[in-house]
Amino acid sequence: MSAPILSLDGFLVVTIQKNPTDSEIISLHETLLRRVSEVRTDGVLIDLTALEVMDSFCTRMLRAVARTIGLRGAPVVIAGIQPEVAFAMVQLGLTLQGIPTALDLEEGIDLLRRRRRRERGS
Amino acid sequence: MTEKARIRVAREADIVDARQQGRGLAGRLGFSSCDCVLIATAISELARNIIQYAETGEIVIQAVRRGRARGIEVIASDRGPGIEDLDLAMQDGFSTGGSLGLGLPGARRLMDEFAVSSELRRGTEVSVVKWLKDAPSR
Repeated sequence: MSAPILSLDGFLVVTIQKNPTDSEIISLHETLLRRVSEVRTDGVLIDLTALEVMDSFCTRMLRAVARTIGLRGAPVVIAGIQPEVAFAMVQLGLTLQGIPTALDLEEGIDLLRRRRRRERGS
Repeated sequence: MTEKARIRVAREADIVDARQQGRGLAGRLGFSSCDCVLIATAISELARNIIQYAETGEIVIQAVRRGRARGIEVIASDRGPGIEDLDLAMQDGFSTGGSLGLGLPGARRLMDEFAVSSELRRGTEVSVVKWLKDAPSR
């Protein structure tokens, strides 16, 4: 199973499934890196609205994705972390190491757009 | 109503299976959705530890009672290499497997009770319990 990656207004939007296995997360990582090198993108939004459990492995992979894509000059925003999932992450001691987060997909895209405007200086 | 689930953990898909079963059972026992996610996250960490360090093992999830208290117990056991230094393994950020090193200390924080026993070359057993906050009036 591969996670859908959509193009939206110059950004890539990835939707994480409800209960991904480790290899699905790894393959998402690889697919995303390939897409970022193939197409020009102003940023990547990872939508976690459906994700039921965020454990240390998932967190580690998300950090790696954000770092790698960030090195290529595209900002990454994570959106839609459910309140229960956020609570569990804090209890477990997981952090996203400064990856910007947004309430939902819409706010995430807004965040990316604002950032793009700032960078273009218009 | 299934009050006990036994999941053989040998492949990564079993991690997903174990946490879903745990979440389901926790929900049926009356845990809040927040607690259900805490329990599922703890199961995920324990199941991943099995695969990472012992390759195979087992997770048992069951309803428990102590006096009037009701809760859910998760026992993760394996016949793997065992943990050389339990104190070290319980420290945040310590990992011999290249992970974030939050598995055991994290599972302890997510749950109300935590016990681990391990013997070198024999295996490891981790048992965690979460209690229901209020006895439902049913």
